[in-house]
Amino acid sequence: MIALLLRDLRLATRAGGGFGLGVAFFLILCALVPFGIGPDRAALAPVAPGILWVGALLSCLLSLDRIFALDHEDGSLDLLATSPMPLEGTVAVKALAHWITTGLPLILAAPVFGILLQLPVHAMPMLVLSLLIGTPALSMLGAFGAAVTVGLRRGGLLLSLLVLPLYIPTLIFGAEITRRGAAGMDVATPLVFLAGVTLAVLALIPFAAAAALRVNLR
Amino acid sequence: MIDLGRYTGTVLAAYGVSVVLLAGLIWHSIAANTRARRNLEKHRNDA
Amino acid sequence: MSIWEYANPAKFMRTTDKVLPWLVVSATICVLGGIVWGFLTPDDYRQGSTVKIMFLHVPAALMAINIWVMMLVTSLVWIIRRHHVSALAAKAAAPIGAVMTLIALITGAIWGQPMWGTWWEWDPRLTSFLILFLFYVGYIALWSAIEDPDSAADLTGVVCLVGSVFALLSRYAVLFWNQGLHQGASLSVQSGERMSAVYRYPLYLSMIGFALLFLALVVIRTRTEIRKRRLAALQAQEARA
Repeated sequence: MIALLLRDLRLATRAGGGFGLGVAFFLILCALVPFGIGPDRAALAPVAPGILWVGALLSCLLSLDRIFALDHEDGSLDLLATSPMPLEGTVAVKALAHWITTGLPLILAAPVFGILLQLPVHAMPMLVLSLLIGTPALSMLGAFGAAVTVGLRRGGLLLSLLVLPLYIPTLIFGAEITRRGAAGMDVATPLVFLAGVTLAVLALIPFAAAAALRVNLR
Repeated sequence: MIDLGRYTGTVLAAYGVSVVLLAGLIWHSIAANTRARRNLEKHRNDA
Repeated sequence: MSIWEYANPAKFMRTTDKVLPWLVVSATICVLGGIVWGFLTPDDYRQGSTVKIMFLHVPAALMAINIWVMMLVTSLVWIIRRHHVSALAAKAAAPIGAVMTLIALITGAIWGQPMWGTWWEWDPRLTSFLILFLFYVGYIALWSAIEDPDSAADLTGVVCLVGSVFALLSRYAVLFWNQGLHQGASLSVQSGERMSAVYRYPLYLSMIGFALLFLALVVIRTRTEIRKRRLAALQAQEARA
């Protein structure tokens, strides 16, 4: 499993593409919002938590189809499926690799982009914490979507259509934590809910994703 | 004709939209079914 | 005699051949009866004539949810017992569910404009229905995207399962996010306060009508799918011969 993780990480960093792209997209998104809304601090600050979370969601979406598509094309996915490692484990490792290459950079970049959007400094810890808890669920749900659409020719668009509604609970609780953090309110309740959603997703979705992969590899 | 008062437009719009959507759904279901049956029969006659 | 006999497509076709005319006639009577009766009800003292919209809105919303539940059950039957008719019924039901959700949303918006003073409000019920509509759209899109019918049935089944969990989860997450404007359930068994009989009976008739209409449509659409499948099988057979 560790070997597979290292291989995926090496592929993601070496092959150019993928790696920094999500963060770059996130930056562009955060830079575009003030053009749309206006540079006014009073207008930007209240929407900043939501924009940051939606931005993180979309940047995460960008690299989802790569989770399985490349391995499916060159046949290594079939090898992984026939290897002694359970397919559920493969899915989990793939999602972890996606999180390390996409989720982690997003989390590190988010406070910087928060400054661009006039998010108050005291809200930063809550922003980082909510992303840290929420993004693993995004990667795992994305892996499920990627597993369902892996064999399709035009899977990319369908992937977003399938995955985005699944992101709604994570988005609601994540943005709520950041908003409450910015307002200086108690964040315990949404934090517990967000952690609950993430843990449930991490525990159950690998089975659904592995089932979908088995169908697609038939 | 019954008097709908000041909400005439509202009520008629709601009924209109629903009837159009339902009619479209029913029409589509029946048309697809007829097409499928005809194709199947044609195929049987050809064979 | 067990319900599983209807999993045989030929048996299903034979039985529905006999049942379908009755279903169509009774659905037509109940839907038209419910809607016309609803249209003739007196005005409500607060809502005025807009109360008539309820006879479309409530049954459509009821069916929107129940159709998803029916799809979940038929998907499970397909996944566990692998009866093709079950998977095809789930496929046939999805567009009907999407249209019902759309009717509920649109009639709600038209009603909300004069009553709440807004077309749309990010209220938990409204938002949940929008999310439900998104799930229907994704489900239908997935069916049409996959060529191999068995893979399509399997994958949409898995998506329906996961989607059901998340639709439910979103329903309660949304409740956390915004408290509502929408009135509570209008037909509740426990609550003492009930809708007056003038509105209740046409509403019941309309609900039965929508349910029968759904049954008739889902049977027709399932028959369509079975015929398409049979034609494809015959063609594949000839191509091999």
